[in-house]
Amino acid sequence: MALSLREKESDPADRNVLQETFREWKRKFDEEIRAGKQRRDKFYNLSWMEIEPLYTPQEDFDYDAKLGNPGHYPYTRGIHENMYTGKLWTMRQFAGFGSAAETNRRFKYLLSHGETGLSVAFDYPTLYGYDTDDPHSEGEFGKCGVAVSSLEDMQALFSGIPLDKVSTSMTINGPASVLWAMYIATGEAQNVPKSVLRGTIQNDVLKEYIAQKSFIFPPEPSMRLVLDTFEYGMKEVPLWNTISISGYHIREAGSTAVQELAFTLADGFEYVRQGIERGLDPNMFVPRLSFFFNAHNDFFEEIAKYRAARRIWAREMKERFGLKNERAMKLRFHTQTAGCSLTAEQPENNIVRVALQAMAAVFGGTQSLHTNSLDEALALPTEKAVRIALRTQQIIAYESGIPRVADPLGGSYYVEWLTDRMEEEAYAIFDDIEEYGGVIQAIEMGYFQKAITESSYRYQRELEKKERIIVGVNEYTVDEPLNVPILKLDPKGRDKQIERLKRLRNGRNKRRFQEAMDTLRKTAEGSANTMPAILAAVKAKATLGEVTGVLREVFGEYREQHII
Amino acid sequence: MQMPRKIRVMIAKPGLDGHDRGAKVVARALRDAGMEVIYTGLHQTPEQIVQAALQEDVDAIGLSCLSGAHDVLFPRVMELIKENGMDVLVTAGGIIPKEDLPMLKKSGIAAVFGPGTAIEEIVKFHREHIKQRT
Repeated sequence: MALSLREKESDPADRNVLQETFREWKRKFDEEIRAGKQRRDKFYNLSWMEIEPLYTPQEDFDYDAKLGNPGHYPYTRGIHENMYTGKLWTMRQFAGFGSAAETNRRFKYLLSHGETGLSVAFDYPTLYGYDTDDPHSEGEFGKCGVAVSSLEDMQALFSGIPLDKVSTSMTINGPASVLWAMYIATGEAQNVPKSVLRGTIQNDVLKEYIAQKSFIFPPEPSMRLVLDTFEYGMKEVPLWNTISISGYHIREAGSTAVQELAFTLADGFEYVRQGIERGLDPNMFVPRLSFFFNAHNDFFEEIAKYRAARRIWAREMKERFGLKNERAMKLRFHTQTAGCSLTAEQPENNIVRVALQAMAAVFGGTQSLHTNSLDEALALPTEKAVRIALRTQQIIAYESGIPRVADPLGGSYYVEWLTDRMEEEAYAIFDDIEEYGGVIQAIEMGYFQKAITESSYRYQRELEKKERIIVGVNEYTVDEPLNVPILKLDPKGRDKQIERLKRLRNGRNKRRFQEAMDTLRKTAEGSANTMPAILAAVKAKATLGEVTGVLREVFGEYREQHII
Repeated sequence: MQMPRKIRVMIAKPGLDGHDRGAKVVARALRDAGMEVIYTGLHQTPEQIVQAALQEDVDAIGLSCLSGAHDVLFPRVMELIKENGMDVLVTAGGIIPKEDLPMLKKSGIAAVFGPGTAIEEIVKFHREHIKQRT
């Protein structure tokens, strides 16, 4: 039936009828507005695009060029022919706190409740490449994630979890290659060869400078480390995604959906460009690039964002970079619901927000999903809160019927219009970035950081003027005490970890350790791939802080300019 | 007649936490309200923050932390402020559980602005409390 309607719409006689009926609708609509029956003069989405009250068929809509069927270029409707009827998205809850042993228990808890992939949150010292006993780690042990300072910690983290059976995502950037090396070595200790390991390291340093700010080295050596992982992964760990190019943090830092889309893809193009410059075959390494997006409250805007992302990526890979491998054109992405959208006020309302956001991700064709827990505006999630979050995904997967159809909103007049608009505005931002001379120059000149700061400030102002309503925050507030249980960490965790580190340093083979560190330094000073030397160092029981320390000495540290 | 000096506020990010969205929004709002605002940038130790506050001769310091390290880092900043005999209004913001509030108040922090606080409220608090002090 859908086909006959399309034919009808393109028939000029019928188009006249459509235009006629539209005019009639508009006349009555304007009458209503004149009578004051409109809540506001104008409506805007979260990217400040003006949204019309009604969308109708676009006259020159070209199905094949703009959408294509699922699994076919330009992949607007999804990267697989069968989408979720073949395989549901991976339910991958981000988890980590305190020691490796505590986090290992949480992993097993989540797996026992039906989680289908692991996702590791590291604490701040680990993200910056510091050991727990480093002075910089003061006060931060295990607070926002798990502390992993050594191969021993990594082994404890995955104790009893067979690495050939799960896929693991690790949110690690500056020291990504070191943590990845520890994971590979943990696999070896379990007799799992690296050729079968599946998972993702985030490894997206560009967005660190733009938004998340857990950078270590300046851009150039950071990019070298990233390209080293691309190259090593392609040859040695073929099923591993060596990067997750992340818009998530860009959005959390306060960007709009359009900025998230454009900045992330621009970062993606930069990795492809530099990979090619390095001499890597893009048809080989680009298929191992994956993406990570945010899912905020504005339901349709989010769906349009994912659809536009796939279309833009496919076109750029094919037309700008001339890639032939279809896999390289398919943008695969993980989604996390928006932490910044959650409210400390009336935290139970967050369950509803997360459900809506998760639905947007599924309508948008995500490959994996993390749903936030209701208490995350307050602390790390408790077991009960994280179970509700996981159940939210399971209810969407098994009860809602949404995953029965690929791209169920495809053909919605509004969604198609909005997808086009997102794409158009993303290209305008690509042009801006080009004017700065590319992503790295734009970072160094503060373009991204300034744009994000502007957006977040504007948004906050609108909340305070009640131009936007957040239920329970600036409207429908209640004056009642907060009553949500908060997760407590083992207060002795840090001391025990420091004790373990001491034992590790005293007990290792000093000669083997020193040789590995010397080789690492020489490799870093030269131009060979750093991965083998890093792997050898972690196997010689060098700690994260020691390995990163050598790299800091060779590469230097990055300091950002302060933009407010 | 001498013009009254502009209120000088330092917004500071102690520790390794990279979440600077709130700190920057508050910094912008205080600036828009006519105050002079100094932003320390990320990854500051308590010592660096207090040193900078001394050098800049600020009337107030706003500490921001979302990583949970506030329980160690904020009291450390307060200790150093006392050691240096500084007369400065200190406020804090971020993800701070209510159980920690008494401890932070006791350390001398004048107010803790949690999530959802209107920036106007923060501006007003600075205007009122800094005026009283001079």
